Amino acid sequence: MIEAMEIKVPMDDDLVMRLKAGDRVFINGDVYTARDAAHKRIIQAAESKEPLPFDLKGQVIYYVGPAPAPPGWVVGAAGPTTSGRMDPYTPTLLKLGLKGMIGKGKRSQEVKKAMKKYKAVYFGAVGGAAALLAKSIVRVEKVAYEDLGPEAIMKFTVRNFPAIVVIDAYGNDLYETEPPKYRKA
Amino acid sequence: MRVREIHVGMIEDAVKALFLKANTSIGQDIYNALLDMRDKYEKSPLGKDVLDQILKNHDIARDKGIAMCQDTGMAVVFLDIGQDVHLVGGLVEDAVNRGVKAAYDEGYFRKSVVDDPLFERKNTQTNTPAVIHTKIVKGDRVRILAMPKGFGSENMSALKMLTPAAGVEGVKDFVVKTVMDAGPNPCPPTVIGVGIGGTMEQAALIAKRATARPVGSSNEDPRYAQLEREILERINSLGIGPGGLGGTTSCLALHIEYVPGHLAGIPVAVNVCCHACRHAEVTI
Repeated sequence: MIEAMEIKVPMDDDLVMRLKAGDRVFINGDVYTARDAAHKRIIQAAESKEPLPFDLKGQVIYYVGPAPAPPGWVVGAAGPTTSGRMDPYTPTLLKLGLKGMIGKGKRSQEVKKAMKKYKAVYFGAVGGAAALLAKSIVRVEKVAYEDLGPEAIMKFTVRNFPAIVVIDAYGNDLYETEPPKYRKA
Repeated sequence: MRVREIHVGMIEDAVKALFLKANTSIGQDIYNALLDMRDKYEKSPLGKDVLDQILKNHDIARDKGIAMCQDTGMAVVFLDIGQDVHLVGGLVEDAVNRGVKAAYDEGYFRKSVVDDPLFERKNTQTNTPAVIHTKIVKGDRVRILAMPKGFGSENMSALKMLTPAAGVEGVKDFVVKTVMDAGPNPCPPTVIGVGIGGTMEQAALIAKRATARPVGSSNEDPRYAQLEREILERINSLGIGPGGLGGTTSCLALHIEYVPGHLAGIPVAVNVCCHACRHAEVTI
C-alpha cells in the first residue's frame, strides 16, 4: 500500500499547490456531482448571468451519475465517469473558482492549461470501483436540476474517499508520465 | 421431430435473473485473472493498488448485492434459439425487455438508455429497449447470454475496413492502436474482443460476443490463438497499466473470432470492455 494523505475539501490555493501528481489522498468533506448535462446548464446560467446552483469557489466536482440507493445505502454504486466529456465546459468552471475535479481518464490540453492558470487539481478515482467508492459517501443532498435524474447535481459528504492526484496545478499528468516507464520498446 | 414449447415468461424470468447476477457478481475467471495480476504480474505499486481496489469492489458488490459499477450499461442479449422451439405466450422481444426492466428496478441499477440518440435524448426510465441479437441454432433449447455493457469502454471501440494487403500486420497494428489511443479511458485492465471478416456489422457482432468468452480460453484455430497471444503481449507492453496510471497489466484477455469474408476486404472490429466485463448465461 502506498501512503495516503487525508485532505479536506473545499480547497484553498495553498492546499492545491501542495498536491503533486502521484499523491494518494483520502478526500474528506463535501463534493458536488455533475456530468455533461449539468455542466451545460451551469455554463448557460453563467453566460446569462443567472444564479449558479452552487458557489464554485474552492469546490470539488465529482463526475458521477450514481445508481439509485438500495435500502441501507445513502447512494448506489457511484464510481467516476469519463472526464473528457466535460472538457469543453471545464475551463469556464475553473475560471469561476472550481479547485478540484474527480473523475477518470484523459483531459484536454485546454483543461490542463486552465488548471495551471487558475490553480486546480484533477483527482482520479478507480473506474469501476463503484461499490467500494459508494461506501465512503456518507451523506447525499439534492442540490439542483433534479429533472436530470442520475445526472442531477447532488452534494456528497465523503469520508476517506480514495483518489490519486493524476494532474496537478503544475501541469504534471500521470497518464503521460507513468505509462512510458513501463513501456517495452 | 417434436417441437418444444417454451413460454416467453421463462425467458423473461431468466433475463431478469441474468442481469441481476451479471451486474453484481463478476465471473470467477475475471476475478482470478485480476488476483494473478495483482499478486504476480503487476510491477507498478500504483497499479497494484488500483487492482486491489478493483478486487475489493468485487467483494463488496457480490456480498452486498450492489452493482459493481454505476454504469450498469445497455442490456445486450444474445438469444440462440433452437429451431425446434416454439415460443408461446407473446413476443419474445417484449419478454426480454420486461426482464431487463424488472432487473434494473429490483437491482437498483442505473437506467442509462435514452429514447433518441441525437435530439431529445430522453431517458426511457426502464433501461430498455435491450439490444437483442437472435440466432437460430440446432436443437430444442434457448441459450440466453446477458451482457450489461458500460459506455466508458464501449466508446473506445473501433471498426476499420482493412484491405487484404494490410494482412496480419494490419490487423495487429489496428487493434494495438485502438487500445493505445483509448489509454486510461476504458477502465483498464480491459478485455478486448476482436471480430475479423464477414461484413461490417458481422465483424462488430462477433467482436462483441468474443468479449464474453472465458478469460484464459483461446481461439480453436492455432493461427488465431497465436495472433491472440501476440497482440495481448504487445498491448501489455504499452505500459498503460491498471486505471491507465502506468503498469505491466493493461489487458486481461484478448479474444479473436473470425468468419469467412470477401475477396476485397478485411473488416476488423475491436470491442473494448472494461475490467468489469459482465456477462451471465443460461440454457433453458
